[in-house]
Amino acid sequence: MKVGLFIPCYIDQFYPDAAIATMEILEKTGCEVIYPLDQTCCGQPMANSGFSAYSKGCDKNFIRNFSAVDYIVAPSGSCVLHIKEHLHDKDEEMAIYIRGHIYELTEFLVDVLKIEKLESGFPYKVGLHVSCHGQRGLHLSSMSELHEPSFSKPEKLLSMVKGLELVKPARWDECCGFGGTFCVFEEAVSVKMGKDRIEEHVIHQVEFITAADTSCLMHLEGILKRQGSPVKTIHIAQILNSRIA
Amino acid sequence: MKTMPHAKAAAQFIKDEPGTDWHDATLWMVRAKRDKAAQGVAEWELLREWASQIKAHTLSGLDSYLVEFERNAIANGIIVHWAADGKEHNEIILRIISANGIRKIVKSKSMLTEECHLNEYLLAKDIEVVDTDLGERIVQFRKEPPSHIVLPAIHLRKEEVSETFHLHLGTEKGNNDPQYLTETARQHLRNKFIESELSITGVNFAVAETGGFVVCTNEGNADMGTHAAAIHIACMGIEKIIPKTEHLGIFLRILARSATGQPITTYSSHFCRPRAGQQMHIVIVDNGRSKQLGRPDFRNALKCIRCAACFNTCPVYRRSGGHSYHTAVAGPLGSILNPNIDMKANADLPFASTLCGSCTNVCPVKIDIHQQLWKWRQVISSEGYTATGTKLGMKGMAFVLARPALYRFSGRIVRRLMRAAPFLFRSKKLNPWHRQREIPEAPKHSFNDWYKRNKAK
Repeated sequence: MKVGLFIPCYIDQFYPDAAIATMEILEKTGCEVIYPLDQTCCGQPMANSGFSAYSKGCDKNFIRNFSAVDYIVAPSGSCVLHIKEHLHDKDEEMAIYIRGHIYELTEFLVDVLKIEKLESGFPYKVGLHVSCHGQRGLHLSSMSELHEPSFSKPEKLLSMVKGLELVKPARWDECCGFGGTFCVFEEAVSVKMGKDRIEEHVIHQVEFITAADTSCLMHLEGILKRQGSPVKTIHIAQILNSRIA
Repeated sequence: MKTMPHAKAAAQFIKDEPGTDWHDATLWMVRAKRDKAAQGVAEWELLREWASQIKAHTLSGLDSYLVEFERNAIANGIIVHWAADGKEHNEIILRIISANGIRKIVKSKSMLTEECHLNEYLLAKDIEVVDTDLGERIVQFRKEPPSHIVLPAIHLRKEEVSETFHLHLGTEKGNNDPQYLTETARQHLRNKFIESELSITGVNFAVAETGGFVVCTNEGNADMGTHAAAIHIACMGIEKIIPKTEHLGIFLRILARSATGQPITTYSSHFCRPRAGQQMHIVIVDNGRSKQLGRPDFRNALKCIRCAACFNTCPVYRRSGGHSYHTAVAGPLGSILNPNIDMKANADLPFASTLCGSCTNVCPVKIDIHQQLWKWRQVISSEGYTATGTKLGMKGMAFVLARPALYRFSGRIVRRLMRAAPFLFRSKKLNPWHRQREIPEAPKHSFNDWYKRNKAK
């Protein structure tokens, strides 16, 4: 199975460890991982700011890089959702193929690879942040607003990690306030939302906050660091790929 | 007067952090009540689907349903008026008032009359309207617009209400007992009802097949007003139509559950025909609705039944207050309705969201609210209502991200700068990220670098 690894731009630039962990998990499960070297960005920053017309170049580049694989997997629900909903091209057939074959990492592990056990260990108390685009967009877990059976793909995977104690905040699927360019254009609300999320995790004395989206974590990490908090953020891929020393 | 953009008004709101926390917690409590009520109905998701489809069907034949409604209403003895916009709506009401020599007017909750600025219009003609919904009365005393379509005074705490009542109703200074304050308001309003000659109400549902309509309140104030006054004027937007009475069996079940978590509003009053000696008028208002109906991407917003569940769940609304939206209808729903009416003045609103999607999930008529917010952003940019700086920034970013080598080069430069000269990124003025957040640590190598070094053959 040829799996194209899509590492969104800001993960590539600022969080290479999350990318390495993603690649290693996929390799461990026996996938043939292909990382196309000329990939950049899904185009979401422009599109969510109202300039989807400007993201055509990103669309083209994305299709150029990912047209020769069986699946495309990325450690970001948000970027995957953007591709699924908005990738278009003159060659619409290829765009349709890609939109139908791109997966967020935890979704790919649970739904496609049907992982039932992991060899990982992470002996810490971890708070789970549920990222909106993965949850409400990709349906990685059930949603508090809907009348539906309870499930969670990220939680299912985290429950396989040895030593990990998972805790969820009271408002377990409220947005952290990152929201792409919202985080700077609506800075006050964005930060207030992040502070409120953090407070609900800190009450449980978590050592880490994890999520399936690095963007939420980058925002929460920025606030935690400013607060001088000992709580760290970590991408779920790094937990799933970890070993007890 | 230039309105303050949402981001700025929200920043001011948040300056009072304990106040913001209170506002957030209060509305979250309403959201939690809504969850509990919704989960108490096994067929909840089915009800939402039916409600959504009935509204979709109605909107697709709105012209004929409106005419059917008018025909039946007239047959019932109701006088029907049509208003193209807020101005016509206000003029029609003024004409009825003048023709009957009316002095005393009460009005129950109607967001449409807020949208048309009826109170201000009549006040300019020296005619006072007394709002009889408790929350509406509080904000009316304070000369403020409502901050929420169901809970108009939710931005105020009991201490502030006490102070307002002390000034306007002569309650004891500093007595914040809600029971005492409500009782005073009750007595005050009781007199207004008894004196009233004309009563204005909104309309929750207008039934095409009967020509009757339903008004939902929790305080019974619409009924008190209409029972006492000789004239009843009901104001409705064209989208309030439902085809049949039996459809109320769906809409009345979802409305109050979505709004406040109650199984049904305390009063769901059916008005069909005037009683002997009473005049009953209906004003049917367009005010931009047919324009919205003509926008395929935004048509579904007209399904709204004004429950405000999207307000209560919105993490941005809860932390910025209704007034920051500078429109009669605030919240996520207001953000997809108001750009249709005035795109330039409301260009900021579709951006007052993280696109988290919770609004869409709670909507009892399944309006794709967050998708419409995204689509409005595209329309607003293409019509040129985005700041030039933002536009140029986006253009530059798109240029770099479409060119892999340039992207890698720029990434390397930025990371190097962040490591060597972090102060460049620490301007609180130029970099809003850094005002209350640290910037991420820049690693020496990108994943791309690492991969080429360690993996690429």
